Amino acid sequence: MALISYAQAACQALAEAMRSDPRVIALGEDVGHGGIFGQYRGLRQEFGAARIIDTPISEATIMGAAVGMALTGLRPVVEMRVVDFALCAIDEIVNQAAKNRYMFGGQGRVPLVARLPIGIWSGSAAQHSQSLEAWFAHIPGLVVVAPATPADNCELLEAAIACDDPVIYMEHKELWGLKGEVPAQRTATLGTARIACPGADLTLVTWSKLVHTAVEAAAQAARQGISVEVIDLRTLWPWDRDMVLASAARTGRLLVAHEAVQAAGFGAEIAATVAEELGIPVKRVGAPRVPVGYARTLEDVARLSAEELLQELKRFVERDPRRQTQA
Amino acid sequence: MPASTSPATPAPIEHLLGLYRMMARVRAFENAAEETSRGGVAVFGSTADTVALVRGPLHLSTGQEAVAAGVCANLARSDYLTSTHRGHGHTLAKGADATMMMCELFGRASGTNQGKGGSMHIADFSVGMLGANGVVAAGIPIAVGAAHSAKIRGSNSIVACFFGDGAINRGPFLEGLNWAKIFDLPVLFVCEDNRYSATTATDAMTAGAGAAVRARSMDIAAETVDGNDVLAVDRVARELVARIRAGGGPQFLHALTYRLKGHVSVDPATYREQSEVDGALASDPLKIAAQQLAALGVAAGRLAGIDAEAHAEIEAALAVARGAPWPQVDAAYTDVQDTGRGQWH
Repeated sequence: MALISYAQAACQALAEAMRSDPRVIALGEDVGHGGIFGQYRGLRQEFGAARIIDTPISEATIMGAAVGMALTGLRPVVEMRVVDFALCAIDEIVNQAAKNRYMFGGQGRVPLVARLPIGIWSGSAAQHSQSLEAWFAHIPGLVVVAPATPADNCELLEAAIACDDPVIYMEHKELWGLKGEVPAQRTATLGTARIACPGADLTLVTWSKLVHTAVEAAAQAARQGISVEVIDLRTLWPWDRDMVLASAARTGRLLVAHEAVQAAGFGAEIAATVAEELGIPVKRVGAPRVPVGYARTLEDVARLSAEELLQELKRFVERDPRRQTQA
Repeated sequence: MPASTSPATPAPIEHLLGLYRMMARVRAFENAAEETSRGGVAVFGSTADTVALVRGPLHLSTGQEAVAAGVCANLARSDYLTSTHRGHGHTLAKGADATMMMCELFGRASGTNQGKGGSMHIADFSVGMLGANGVVAAGIPIAVGAAHSAKIRGSNSIVACFFGDGAINRGPFLEGLNWAKIFDLPVLFVCEDNRYSATTATDAMTAGAGAAVRARSMDIAAETVDGNDVLAVDRVARELVARIRAGGGPQFLHALTYRLKGHVSVDPATYREQSEVDGALASDPLKIAAQQLAALGVAAGRLAGIDAEAHAEIEAALAVARGAPWPQVDAAYTDVQDTGRGQWH
């Protein structure tokens, strides 16, 4: 099976959706030129300017217009370039797209996909590096997706476009070039996590780029006698409670790691739920509550490395009172 | 104007009577809403009276009826409309049912929005009314998107986008007009200028000559009209709508009117001079239309009959709304989202 990149995978998903459904269109800045990350490459040539729509730098109207399009029979895919810019369209996402169906008593649906890439993007500093997924997971009406692999970026984008709810689709800016296999058969569904690597001593829940860091940390931990089960959450809302609870019940420990700031991050929601439901030890790891700095030394403060994650999970396992009793 | 037999341009008297009838219905609706909202909103430190039938902030369009009636007379059911927090008149004039609207204001399950939106979010998609909006100028991008969609889908629908004078100082106004022009979209922008941004006079908050000039700066044709003269609004709207239907792209109507009530129903609006209000009362759109009809030889009794019919329609709507069922608690959990339905925590 050929390897394709995370960006190509998304491009393939969108192209397939546009071929099979004339209601699917895409709009945003620079999409006609293939998008600044290449995630729309070739689509203007195939589908034309009426369906791959270059827009002014008008985030509020890009998102608001997409709401109007979705209400009147189209299925727009909205490019926001980076989540940081989508903050210029927060009314249109939170007050309009997310509220429309409920507020108007179910008269309309808003089947749009808003692509809001997250994550530290090397050297891009404070306004191009945020991971704000928890903001959107907080809002009733929104689905929140954060794919970690090329396969998922193809399958989950297809699923998001097929979804009748507004979907906040959060790719990671440092994954665009990641290569992987994209199976012809579609198995991923919104709201279903996957076990990235099985383990017995600890459940490590994460998503997006940090899945790869977690798998690396788990491999190192295995060599030191700690068996870590890594769950790639894939969808933050609705999150796969069943898979997380089943795994945590089996391993007896839950660690949640995310690139986002730890304070009030989505990891807190998962950790609290597992503690409430299972009463087992839980722990969160995320970025300190500081903006992402420009200099490498500052940027690295906000990055979580496999080595740091390994240390965190070792400390967590070693501090577990039950383990001390056993010892 | 020669007597016409075309149904599109009815005889002047009948046409004006139709516009008057719509304005009378809106006025009766607003008066009834105002009356049934008394005590329904907490204000100035008091707590809301739980017996009020209309709860929360109620933004009345009393005095602005000619804009709604005059513009919507030129729209088809298949055309779209987006509105503002002050949207009852637009909704009624677009063809929504007054009884379902009143049920919505009363928060009943039989309301247009099943009791989930209330006055500020009233909508009736079945007549193309895509919703009132609690956020100033937020309807503009949605309207532009609906028009863009119509163009992509090859539909003949056009979009009427209502907003107030306060909206022209928000970013989406600039963005939306620019977007409509560069994509050459079928939108009629209607700036319903009632001179107040909530409780602050808009003039003092607005640089330059205001709405129409801003539209023209983007090469969008703009007409300013006496928004209390329903015939004038109708005439100019007809011309602008005809241009849009002919493929002329976005057009802009700046209608000068006046908000006879406060920002919300409990706002006594003491920040304005009584002389200003008295002047506005003299140019009440229903009075102006009545004078025009009298000049055309229509007997006063005929207008009284129309007023009585409108009053009776709204009285009947009130009676239905008073007896209508409340939403079941379960409805709080419906129409939120399908993906993850049932996962509330």
